[in-house]
Amino acid sequence: MVRVPKRLRLVGYRLLQAIPVLIGIVVVSFLLTRALPGDPAVYFAGPAASEESIEQIRVSMGLDRSLPVQFLAYVGDLLRGELGQSISTGQPVLTELTTRLPASLELTGFALLFSIAVAMPLGILAATRPNSWIDHLCRFVVTAGVSLPTFFTGLALVYLFYFLLGWSPAPMGRLDILYLSPPHVTGFYVIDALIDGDFETARAALAQLILPAVTLGLFTLAPIARMTRAAMLQVLEGDFIRTARAAGLSGNKVLYTYALRNAILPVITTLGMVFSFALGANVLVEKVFAWPGIGSYAVEALVVSDYAAVQGFVLSMALLFVILNLLIDVTYTLVDPRLGMED
Amino acid sequence: MSSSSVKNFARHARYVMTENPVTALAALLFLLIVIAAVAGPALVPYDPMATNDTRALQPPSWDHWFGTDHLGRDVFSRVVVATRLDLMISLAAVAMAFVIGSAMGAVAGYFGGWADRITGRLLDTIMAFPLFVLAMGVVAAAGNTIENIVYATAIINLPFYARMARAEVNIRRNAGFVQAARLSGNGDWRILAQHIFPNTLPPMMVQISLNMGWAILNAAGLSFIGLGVRPPTPEWGIMVAEGANFIVSGEWWLAFFPGVALMLAVFTFNLLGDGLRDLVDPQRRT
Amino acid sequence: MSIPLLDIKALTVEFGTRRGVVDAVRQVSVTVAKGETVGIVGESGSGKSVTSYAVMRILDRAGRIAGGSIVFGGINVGKADERTMRDLRGREMSMIFQNPRAALNPIRSVGRQIEDVLIEHSLATRADAREKAIDVLKAVRINDPESRYHAYPFELSGGMCQRVVIAIALACRPQLLIADEPTTGLDVTTQKAVMDLIRELTAERNMSTLLITHDLGLAAAYCDRIVVMEKGRVVEEADTATLFANPRHPYTRRLLQATPRLDSKVADLLPEEDSRRRTPSTRPPGETLLQVQDLVKVFPGKDKGDEYRAVDGLSFEVRSGESLGLVGESGCGKSTTSSMIMRLLDPTSGHILFNGEDIGAVPGKRFAGHSARASLQMVFQDPTDSLNPRWSARRSISDPLMRLASVGGSALRAKVEAVAEMVGLPDHLLDRFPHQLSGGQKARVGIARAIALEPKLLILDEPTAALDVSVQAVVLNLLVELRERLGMSYLFISHDLNVVRLLCERVLVMKAGRIVEQGSAEHLLDRPEHPYTRELLAAIPHPPSSPPRVSSESEDSVIAARWP
Repeated sequence: MVRVPKRLRLVGYRLLQAIPVLIGIVVVSFLLTRALPGDPAVYFAGPAASEESIEQIRVSMGLDRSLPVQFLAYVGDLLRGELGQSISTGQPVLTELTTRLPASLELTGFALLFSIAVAMPLGILAATRPNSWIDHLCRFVVTAGVSLPTFFTGLALVYLFYFLLGWSPAPMGRLDILYLSPPHVTGFYVIDALIDGDFETARAALAQLILPAVTLGLFTLAPIARMTRAAMLQVLEGDFIRTARAAGLSGNKVLYTYALRNAILPVITTLGMVFSFALGANVLVEKVFAWPGIGSYAVEALVVSDYAAVQGFVLSMALLFVILNLLIDVTYTLVDPRLGMED
Repeated sequence: MSSSSVKNFARHARYVMTENPVTALAALLFLLIVIAAVAGPALVPYDPMATNDTRALQPPSWDHWFGTDHLGRDVFSRVVVATRLDLMISLAAVAMAFVIGSAMGAVAGYFGGWADRITGRLLDTIMAFPLFVLAMGVVAAAGNTIENIVYATAIINLPFYARMARAEVNIRRNAGFVQAARLSGNGDWRILAQHIFPNTLPPMMVQISLNMGWAILNAAGLSFIGLGVRPPTPEWGIMVAEGANFIVSGEWWLAFFPGVALMLAVFTFNLLGDGLRDLVDPQRRT
Repeated sequence: MSIPLLDIKALTVEFGTRRGVVDAVRQVSVTVAKGETVGIVGESGSGKSVTSYAVMRILDRAGRIAGGSIVFGGINVGKADERTMRDLRGREMSMIFQNPRAALNPIRSVGRQIEDVLIEHSLATRADAREKAIDVLKAVRINDPESRYHAYPFELSGGMCQRVVIAIALACRPQLLIADEPTTGLDVTTQKAVMDLIRELTAERNMSTLLITHDLGLAAAYCDRIVVMEKGRVVEEADTATLFANPRHPYTRRLLQATPRLDSKVADLLPEEDSRRRTPSTRPPGETLLQVQDLVKVFPGKDKGDEYRAVDGLSFEVRSGESLGLVGESGCGKSTTSSMIMRLLDPTSGHILFNGEDIGAVPGKRFAGHSARASLQMVFQDPTDSLNPRWSARRSISDPLMRLASVGGSALRAKVEAVAEMVGLPDHLLDRFPHQLSGGQKARVGIARAIALEPKLLILDEPTAALDVSVQAVVLNLLVELRERLGMSYLFISHDLNVVRLLCERVLVMKAGRIVEQGSAEHLLDRPEHPYTRELLAAIPHPPSSPPRVSSESEDSVIAARWP
């Protein structure tokens, strides 16, 4: 029918809309790298560099040329995947980021699954029973959740579950040193170990993952639960819910087919914000749990003023975020029939 | 006229407090935070910087309510004294973000056209980064100083105010009372400043309060990973970072108390958000 | 007929609010017999909708049935368990609401929404649901039901949406249909189509109908029996003819009087002893004040072909002291026209001559400083939306005086109070905020603000559309009085020919951006020439036109002589 190509065209339009955003990201990251108040060559050479090596960097980065020329060179470098060398490890920044990325994705993904699984039912329950104890609990959890600094929650959980109860392994990375990392398929240890059929390693990897993922999840729980509750409350007050009830539809049909499907739309749009929070908080959680992802890589680089590494990290995080936002937009476009039909 | 309106406001504030005890609690906590920020250094029992090797890593006691850290400094004194710095950073950042952001958003929402498109692009670009990561990048690039922490926090807060102001102004742009104001001979800028903008304040107030909490969290997060504030300056984020090393060996109080202080401050501002809305919203004034 | 289908006895419904428990409905008794159409009529706050929600047991969480009984087909609705109620709803009794677009699930195709009801009540299986849903769409006279089946509510017009809501309500052939203000917000011609459809379908199936409405005219046209409610109580109940011929309760009489009839004059809307009654003078109009020539407004669309001609070559004039009515349904361009004349919107082409000067050539952005600004004022449709929520009534009325007349200090105070007095707004209300005022009071503030500068031309954009009829009666008389006192000209914009006629000597009928007919009010009503005018007139439901009391006839001869 007519509807399918229209939908596809809309999806294509969404993809096109990402282009100016990508240009914006490249410009900002260029400004962050090259238009520093001091001398970028000094920054990039690192604190221990000699006069000659600074000069060498200046020429190799093209800092002696005009800004537009530098920008073109920068874009060229990016297109070739050239993010520079890390001064602390001597490795290309791109290589280090790609090897560490799966760890961050595993942590963030697991955390989001956890927080969605807890927050949405909580929000729905609270909305269907306004002013009940579960509603008050929801409100308390939500406010407490956004008030907790992730690094503090992480430490508190470590103290409780590692030091006091001894239930969790030491907060030291993705896998206890007793185990060998599973053969690389997806880069996610738990999944790779399961694919390999090595349940012992999978269990160990999961044990390492739970605390950091819950820490991160608690932080993102709040916006999802808050939004679910608000959206559900608003939808449940809607006239069409009254129509559905007046037509004798069953409670579950009204709640899930009618109310929830409408309420989920605003929740999807807030997921963008949630991803932004999650990726930011990810850095802090990785530092607390010595998680070998790109966040802890950036923190280590910051300490030794390894600028190429930090800028590479900022850029790759932004690209990751753009991709996630695109996924959200496309999902939304496919789910909401009204989109693009009205003005 | 003005004295009676002050009295009205006070009466309304009291009504809001008694109606919602949580707001009263938040106001009380807020008062405590303000006292700690203003008079903190004068009130504390010990010099927050004074080290004492003989008293290192003592658990909480009558002498040291929150214990001592690895250098023998009094954790209570440090937590109280840190209030001013943490509050100043976020206050300055939020004020900057609010003034610039809401002005940008209001103009974009009212006039539309090019102003709107340029503002929109700028905000999209800021929002294209995970915000904490952008703040890291800005501080790393601009230099590791407290001022830069303030600027970075302001930049990542800016889109919230700008978007909100834009939306709130836009829905009122063609409201009946705005058209009536035009018929009464008001020009565009006067309409924007006197008729529309004041009506956007209640939701903005809530946003300010919520963002204050968020700004405190961000600033503390940046110092936790070693940006901005540097030891031995007392600051909640750094104190948690320093205390983190002692958690696995059971000395919990080093990280716990600054962490709780941080949490309470953020909690206060979040709760205050709802209270503030009741206070400034004439719809609820009876 | 001995046992009624629906029997409400001494129903009391309470709502728990912040200020304690409030009775929304007290001791209400209504019966509906099989095949009968009963109307519940009342103004806002009368409890008429709450009564109908109680019958369906779909009250808000805060509301509860506190006393009395509702028996439907032998089942005590007040006591039945939720399961029984679910079987009753949609299957035995169903309901349609106002604002049909919002009453449908926005992200589910209308066909699926009908299927849901059929499947829920076991009248269809997944296999034949679609076919049956299309049959139901066909039954409510929807053209091309196969393709409409896939449509989403936002793709349909308001009238079409209401047909779908009716289709959902009637899908399972219930015995009782409750229609809660089913046509409020729809155009009169759509209203007639929808109401005729309801009448036809319910008669076909020998169903009973409970029509909840604020519009006595509508109830008169479609109901066998009418129940009048005021402040949660039933004040009167009678069959339609009796009610109109011989209303017993004073409230019914007042309501009846306030509802404009075909032959009523503006003074007739208020009781005879009411000092606010006014009769328009018969002075002939003066010089030409406003002349609109070939006015065009084109709104650009997304693509080139999409542009929309909201106003398409409009020409007319208003003389000083005259009231001109501009009548048309939604989307006809009447509000766009008023915005252009008020210089809130710039015309695409054409001229607006005010006192001979082409004010259409002055950009709207710069008109705030123009000398004619004070002479052109407007009263807006929605009294709530048109007042700044953060400003007191006094400040709202002061604003034009300060900006355009540079009045200040004690002179300003005196002037505001004088204007407030003129519109009947007591001094003590001046320091209130809009949310502390009633709808009628807000309307007065809006009028006071508009006349504070003593404008020459006042545009009235549906000034009473959001008000109850009894308030409308007072406001219309006030407008007549103000025009006489200040010598203003009115341009009265409305969808309701019946109301416009009360105030205006001359009327223009607009459709799709053009004038289809114009002439004196009497002429248009008695001998409409254009088919669209005839359609509009035929669609307005009227109470029977014989006046309820002899009193108003004495004025008839006077008013009839106004325009030869």
